[in-house]
Amino acid sequence: MTHPHHPAHPTVPTTGAPMGRREHLMLIGLVLVGGALGTSARFALEHALARPAGWPWVTFAINVVGSCALGLLLGGLAGRGADEGPRRAVRLGCGTGVLGGFTTYSTFVLEVQRLGDDGERLLAVAYPLASVVVGVLAAVLGLVLADRLHRRARARRAQGTVA
Amino acid sequence: MTALLLALAGGLGAVARFEVDSFVARRSRRLSVPMGTLVVNVTACFLLGLVTGGIAAGSDVGEVLGVGFLGGYSTFSTASVEAARLLRAGRARAALLHAAGMLVASLAAALLGLTLTT
Repeated sequence: MTHPHHPAHPTVPTTGAPMGRREHLMLIGLVLVGGALGTSARFALEHALARPAGWPWVTFAINVVGSCALGLLLGGLAGRGADEGPRRAVRLGCGTGVLGGFTTYSTFVLEVQRLGDDGERLLAVAYPLASVVVGVLAAVLGLVLADRLHRRARARRAQGTVA
Repeated sequence: MTALLLALAGGLGAVARFEVDSFVARRSRRLSVPMGTLVVNVTACFLLGLVTGGIAAGSDVGEVLGVGFLGGYSTFSTASVEAARLLRAGRARAALLHAAGMLVASLAAALLGLTLTT
């Protein structure tokens, strides 16, 4: 299985050069720094804007925006070629690190549990459903946008070589 | 100081996710639905249940572990992109199963963690 877009493993592409020990360590460093930046940004936003009750808007917005951005990033990288060299560094530093650390599943699930505990039954059902559905749609939007931008750039390049 | 520790914990959480995800993905290549992020998020929710139940909420240690490490370890964006790619591959049922299964399993794991510590 060497298809770069195999749906079973969208974040672990099966193409690209195998990872050496040194490259592995460097990439781990990028994931560490990216994760620290993403987590800090989420912490700062939650700290400045979050309200203790009601719909958890801050986490909702973080997760939806992060899903769209990751779709755009991974779609854009996949359109440019195999997962190696600078492309792999960007995928792991910005995707796995920054956007992975920025968005959160654990806080989201604990918020659902807290809404249920507070007797907010409607919110406890609507919040997780809306988050997952809107998050997946945002990711689709990111992937579609990336494809479209990539196709347009390729068409422009082809025109350039003809003219 | 807490902000610095929280950032470091978030970075370490992301590295842990990277390693666990790669480990699970290597061992589940034959399955047609990605498993790495599912394992990551379910374990993150279980651990956050333990942390929330076991440590006074709002304490510095709880924040560094819960918001920092487990926030960096768990991820929402990768889960969305995985389901989105299944959808775009025409596998709507697999996408639904992936998204709903992760949500239900994570909620159950969080409740289990909370129950064990309170």
